[in-house]
Amino acid sequence: MNQHDAIITGIGIVSSLGEGPAAHLSALTAPQPRPVLDAERFAPYTVHPLPEIDWSSQIAKRGDLRQMEAWQRLGTYAAGLALDDAGMKGDEALSATMDMVVAAGGGERDAAVDGAILEASLARNDRGVLINEKLTTELRPTLFLAQLSNLLAGNISIVHKVTGSSRTFMGEEGAGVSAIETAVARVHAGQSSHLLVGAAFNTEHPDHLLGFEVGGALHRDAWAPVWARQGMRGGGIVSGSGAAFLVIESREHAASRDRNGYAAIGKVASGRARRGSGGLVAAIGTMIDAVGGSGLPVISAASGAHAATAAEMSALGGRGLRDVRAFSSLTGHLKEAQFPFAVALAAIAVRHGATLPSFDTTFEAPMRVGERVLVTTVGSRRYEGAAVVSAA
Amino acid sequence: MRRMTDSFGRPVVVVTGIGIVTSLGVGKDDNWAALTAGKSGIHPITRFPTDHLNTRIAGTVDFLASSGRSASALTHEMAELAGREATGQAGIGGDFGGPLFLAAPPVELGWNQRFELYARGSAGQQGYDRLLAAAHGVPGESYEEDTQFGAVVDRLADTFGTRGLPITTSTACASGATAIQLGVEAIRRGESDRALAIGADGSATAEALIRFALLSALSTQNDPPQKASKPFSKDRDGFVLAEGSAALVLESLEAATARGARILGVMAGCGEKADDFHRTRSKPDGSPAIAAVRAALADAGMAEDAIDYVNAHGTSTPENDKMEHLSLSTVFGERIRSIPVSSNKSMIGHTLSAAGAIEAAISLMTMQEGVIPPTINHDNPDPAIDLDVVPNVRRERAVASVLSNSFGFGGQNACLVMTREPV
Repeated sequence: MNQHDAIITGIGIVSSLGEGPAAHLSALTAPQPRPVLDAERFAPYTVHPLPEIDWSSQIAKRGDLRQMEAWQRLGTYAAGLALDDAGMKGDEALSATMDMVVAAGGGERDAAVDGAILEASLARNDRGVLINEKLTTELRPTLFLAQLSNLLAGNISIVHKVTGSSRTFMGEEGAGVSAIETAVARVHAGQSSHLLVGAAFNTEHPDHLLGFEVGGALHRDAWAPVWARQGMRGGGIVSGSGAAFLVIESREHAASRDRNGYAAIGKVASGRARRGSGGLVAAIGTMIDAVGGSGLPVISAASGAHAATAAEMSALGGRGLRDVRAFSSLTGHLKEAQFPFAVALAAIAVRHGATLPSFDTTFEAPMRVGERVLVTTVGSRRYEGAAVVSAA
Repeated sequence: MRRMTDSFGRPVVVVTGIGIVTSLGVGKDDNWAALTAGKSGIHPITRFPTDHLNTRIAGTVDFLASSGRSASALTHEMAELAGREATGQAGIGGDFGGPLFLAAPPVELGWNQRFELYARGSAGQQGYDRLLAAAHGVPGESYEEDTQFGAVVDRLADTFGTRGLPITTSTACASGATAIQLGVEAIRRGESDRALAIGADGSATAEALIRFALLSALSTQNDPPQKASKPFSKDRDGFVLAEGSAALVLESLEAATARGARILGVMAGCGEKADDFHRTRSKPDGSPAIAAVRAALADAGMAEDAIDYVNAHGTSTPENDKMEHLSLSTVFGERIRSIPVSSNKSMIGHTLSAAGAIEAAISLMTMQEGVIPPTINHDNPDPAIDLDVVPNVRRERAVASVLSNSFGFGGQNACLVMTREPV
């Protein structure tokens, strides 16, 4: 126990399962956990959709709401939930000195304008002029701000007054790993006392599906749990909309506010494995060893992407780690939010000593979470991360 | 005997390699010659048609193999060029042995790529349905660097032999400074003896230009192009979009000394402060910028009176230049009138994600050479901005310390303090 230990003191979490730690704990510990799916709106793709959300409960001003599309609303909303959960909302002294790291992709394009340009392009050979004509007249001028990767952090600063340092990392699952890794490292080194870290992902927009599908990554078959998609049609990923934001503080800082928090998070191991010929299996194993994950129950952010998921199964199985939950069977793949979401679930599970029934009986056995949980994230195309979350 | 740690007991971080690419050319030599000659890299846009556009000029990098191919391809090529120059100067080969921090623009498919995909699709479908169906049929790694945010830095990590999970950061116009700050912090934490920080931006597409134009951020003084970027001038009307890259090899002083590397300058301090006022406009009282400047000075363990020169954010927007003047006046008081404050953007335009890194590199060269590049196009000074902007002509002056400002869209502000010599 060290005054610079990194303690999770607030969680804001939203997915197709609902909002908040309690809703997610219920969903995970239900006797037969079930995903919420939508196979119609984006057929032939299945997604895990967001429930109806009262954005105004965290984003009070309509003017602020109007500046954002769904992705930024989701992230700003979840950030507010985390601040509330940590008992920090509205505390100006705390928020003005709070550091922030957000893992972000980009925001939503105007699909109607894009569609009109694409159709018109079939009959024109001056496409450059066509683009200029349409974009200068039909784009909402502030849409760009709803798309910019660093503007999720910008909106969180404006709406929730978080104005310490602000950094945004881009890079799919790896960015989510790096965001938490860097936050924990800064707390351990005394470079920061309290941070807000997290990500959001909105899959319910055709351009965000396109980002997966150009890589051939989306699952194109009947729904199946994450570990069971090998050999099925498509690339294995069933995406979801969701967000996870964490308030991470030094033990000293949490104690000064009389907060016990959910759990501690140890030093994050991360890497860029050479993924050919067994390299990924070995790298995942090395990472698990680096964080002392042997013998622990696992909350895995496995994506369902065939090669990456097979490697993770192999690495976990090879180390005798059988108590595993791939939460994306219930929430879908949340891209940048995968690692933050996994850490959040781990922290909730540790705090409550949860018993988690299998999400997928082909690979998962019923599992009781005690004082320590291993969290893994193997990026669908690149980058990996792991950490141990333990009782505070 | 040199002190290897700073006043806070942290490893002193120095720079042992610098690389630059801008519209003025590839490499430090060409860039330095042009900058000190007051030459502008801004020109009429030829990369795409400018029909219907009010802004028809930019500082694009048009002379590279990937210019105009895709934003990611050009960003990648410039990052690699700058990285090679920097690691070459530092005497480091293909096994860098430390982490990589890249500041780069957000990726997205370009319009020519969308048209390509659409053409592959079936006539029976429209819009995104057709794009999605077509996407399903293309090879797995098509458009990888244009759709996966982590792809460019992954390949750069291969090229330079960096360690660990490389980070791509975006804090809008402050990104380049943020990448440097991340490297400094990693070295101070003892995670590594060295770090490679690169800022690169090759994203000047028609859509990018239009997006900024719709926010009224760009100059429309197209003729002559070289005169449009006029920071601190009375008739300034917006920034000029530009491209470029810079790379810095950051190392602990101890490690650099031990291997006999030439020290090009010291990264003494980094400071940040986020603004909560507005998504594009900064708080009128300048308090976030003031706080970022003060945080950088405090991190460097230096008082305001120790700064010899300010490398301004100086975008040439009516608002930034006014706010920057207010902020600097507040921090430096009366002395601000006798501190040279110049803007490289007057010559290279606003290089967005790369700006903070390019301007840090130029700041280091300013100290090395003892020459301050000018703020050009200063023909009609703004009477409300009483600064010594080093107007139009370079100045020979020994500079031992520089404050470099980067104030970003979305309210992310980062400042760097650099010195010439380790203490």
